[in-house]
Amino acid sequence: MPSMNRSTPGVSAGIADRLPKWLVPNLSGLNMVALFIALLLIGLLLVPVAQVMIVAFQDPATGAATLQNFLDFFRTSLFRESFWNSFYVSAMSVVVATAIALPLAYITTRFHFAGSVLIQSLGFIPLIMPPFVGAVAMQLIFGRNGTVNLLLRDYLGFDIPFMEGLNGVILVQSIHYFPFILINLSASLRNIDRSMEEAAQNLGSHGMRLFRRIVFPLAMPGYIAGAALVFIKVFDDLGTPLLLNVNNMLAPQAYLRISSIGISDPMGYVISVILVVFSVLSLWASFLFMRGKDYATVQKGGGGMAKRNLKPAEKMLAYGVVIFILLLVLTPHIGLTLLSFGTIWSFAPLPDGYTLQNYVTMWEGSKSFIMNTLLYAGIAATADVILGTAIAYIVLRTNIFGRKGLDYLATAALAVPGVVLGIGYLRTFHSVDVPFVGEPLASWWVVIALALMIRRLPYALRACMAALQQVSLALEEAAESLGATKKRTIYKIVVPLMKGGLLAGFVTSFATAAVELSATIMLVSSNQDAPLAYGIYLFMQTPSGRGAGAALGVVAVLLVAAGTLASQVIIERDKKAKASADMH
Amino acid sequence: MDQTGIKIEDLHLSFGETQVLRGVNLDIRPGEFFAFLGPSGSGKSTLLRAIAGFGPTPHGRILIGDRDVVGLDPWKRNVGMVFQSYALWPHMSVRDNVGFGLRERRVPAKQIRDRVDAALDLVGLAHLADRMPNQLSGGQQQRIALARTVVVEPEVLLLDEPLSNLDASLRVQMRRELLHLQRKLGLTTIFVTHDQEEANTTSDRMAVLDGGVIQQIGTPQELYDRPANLFVANFLGTANIFEGRVEIDGDVARFHTKTGEVLTIPASGNLDGSNVVLRPQNISMTQAPEQDALKGEVLHREFLGSQIRYLVKVAGAEIVVDQSHSAGRDWFDPGAQVHLVANTSSAVIL
Repeated sequence: MPSMNRSTPGVSAGIADRLPKWLVPNLSGLNMVALFIALLLIGLLLVPVAQVMIVAFQDPATGAATLQNFLDFFRTSLFRESFWNSFYVSAMSVVVATAIALPLAYITTRFHFAGSVLIQSLGFIPLIMPPFVGAVAMQLIFGRNGTVNLLLRDYLGFDIPFMEGLNGVILVQSIHYFPFILINLSASLRNIDRSMEEAAQNLGSHGMRLFRRIVFPLAMPGYIAGAALVFIKVFDDLGTPLLLNVNNMLAPQAYLRISSIGISDPMGYVISVILVVFSVLSLWASFLFMRGKDYATVQKGGGGMAKRNLKPAEKMLAYGVVIFILLLVLTPHIGLTLLSFGTIWSFAPLPDGYTLQNYVTMWEGSKSFIMNTLLYAGIAATADVILGTAIAYIVLRTNIFGRKGLDYLATAALAVPGVVLGIGYLRTFHSVDVPFVGEPLASWWVVIALALMIRRLPYALRACMAALQQVSLALEEAAESLGATKKRTIYKIVVPLMKGGLLAGFVTSFATAAVELSATIMLVSSNQDAPLAYGIYLFMQTPSGRGAGAALGVVAVLLVAAGTLASQVIIERDKKAKASADMH
Repeated sequence: MDQTGIKIEDLHLSFGETQVLRGVNLDIRPGEFFAFLGPSGSGKSTLLRAIAGFGPTPHGRILIGDRDVVGLDPWKRNVGMVFQSYALWPHMSVRDNVGFGLRERRVPAKQIRDRVDAALDLVGLAHLADRMPNQLSGGQQQRIALARTVVVEPEVLLLDEPLSNLDASLRVQMRRELLHLQRKLGLTTIFVTHDQEEANTTSDRMAVLDGGVIQQIGTPQELYDRPANLFVANFLGTANIFEGRVEIDGDVARFHTKTGEVLTIPASGNLDGSNVVLRPQNISMTQAPEQDALKGEVLHREFLGSQIRYLVKVAGAEIVVDQSHSAGRDWFDPGAQVHLVANTSSAVIL
């Protein structure tokens, strides 16, 4: 067609061709993408965190390097106390979470037990509720004047300080986070080849001795992985202690210092450094422990642990333990639901009456919270899946220089507590003005979405990596050998085949970003920019707002539950489709 | 050393609705190296595991020595088992793995040390005592698994496909070592395999299993030369099978195939059956016509080194013929018209 206006090669030779080669390296499309992601991660993760570190070691007045801030920190008795409290609460949460998870994992993996399905599904319910949401409901049930203690006092004449001070944090956190141990420990137990146990029986071992010497040591890596995760999560968590009004812990102290004194106060930064160091140390310790201990021993045709039938007495005991634990675990949900439908609930085992008014109040007062949440979490999850796919592809399928670095950098977000990222953003971006908006970046709503994006990226990246690993390299090579370019291959073959995994990654990122509090609470600059989690926090501040707050909490739980369910359905359907495709 | 025999009487076992063993009877002599041979799903591993006490409790009797062990916990049997996957515990060193059974038996520490050393010496790996299992090669893991089992001095030794995870050359070496070790210790040993060569080269006697039933018991030669049924004939080596009937004419027995060929067969063996089994190496092939020869056409040729294997079409059937090969010998091309003469003295009627 004569009208086609195509530039000839000679004309397109622009200024770039006349510059020296090293200034304009010949970057392919994928290289450009890798470079862009690297810059993004550096700007949104590395620089803010580095900023926090630097400020912690700077004299606030002169800017000179100093350890004075840390000396001040450890000289202040409140901070010393907060430090030990955080440590104590995290360690105790691991202990209590283990006490909850170990029997459940053991019973479901070792015995034919009809309740196993129940545990598999109900055991994960705590994860779909942000811990701070359940905290208030737990007060009403386990608190000094909560259901359990009122009944205990009436009938037995004593009460138990479940929720007093640090106990409350420990109880709420361990109930919320024990699934991490349950999931990892169950997987480990299931991955032990049956012959491992049989070999020991064959040599004369059985019962508790067999469990202690063979089974538990082999499951140890899974347990440690779960326990380290629980420790870090609890150590870093801000929402639960805040809502329970336990301020003498590290994360609440960091938040309170920054929000009340301001971003120039060095103590918030010192605490941030301590939080990061502990996160990294626990991850490192668990890594060291697990190094060279890949005990996944299931062999072809091995089929994991032999399950045995329970004797009637054992069955009674097992059911008793499981029902007790599940009731305990479901307390926050039961309490939250009651609170959201209750009229007044105070000094009584149950609410005085039931109403839908809380939901009306909630809806009127929090439409903007919900809309904001959908917007922020939507942006974060979309960006996560796109970034995750790109990083996964670059890491697994190319040999671009520094590709491992991208993976490490994206995953490093795991070790950065939300409070720290929030403080880093405040500090780094308060002097950066957004063009055309006329606001500092730090108080612009988009920064919340960006923080959520960085926070959720490690999880989305794992999902994308898993999805890409399922796409055989041969499929890609087949397309390329038939003449498709790299770009077309990715677009037409790889991404469509990853669809299920990507969708699942999106949904989980979305659902968990929707209820994230620790980073957002630092970054919310006005109530009309606030997301749902912050809304719940606001409602829960006043006794009269608790009902509506609980209603909003129910919305949050349903949102996360729907997301989790959807991603499970997607993954299962994808698996089935792949399995049937493999059979042909 | 006292040697223990194993006697199995009318053993039945099922996984839920599926019957896996249907009436197994077996008498393994003290000190014997005995093989269970069969295809996958034949029940051979299930039978071995039942002897060790793993899997569902069977009906029937399993006598180890004079003791019926059915229903007895595995840890009360003193039966040594080496697992297909070796099942070395990855969190314990080689020494701890090998010493495990002795510690369970509350043997004093000093003795444990000596006996572990002796067991490691026996398998020639004393220098690896302080390694972790994942630092060992497949063959080394195999030997450690063996040492771990024999160190407790079990009454019988059970080997579940012990060579299947090794590569081909190592497998040949290991099976010799296994046999050597078994002879040295004099342990009654059962060896499960799906590989007839393994069973043939190691075992004193073997049982061929199919569908949860023992098809035949005997020495490798007996089973190969005198298979009891078509399954055994086919499973042990290659067999040409012709359908037809036996006719006896005085001292001479003849087999008339369905397609009209007639083979003179020895009148001394079993003559009751409607199939004749001819091994490929018992048929010779010439270009020139010979008396009593079957006419055929070569369809396909495989060079196997010491032998050339031909697929020959004879009267509608395809039969396999092996001719030994040496340098300079002629061979037939596909399409060649040939004459086959069966060495019927080794033919078996089934």
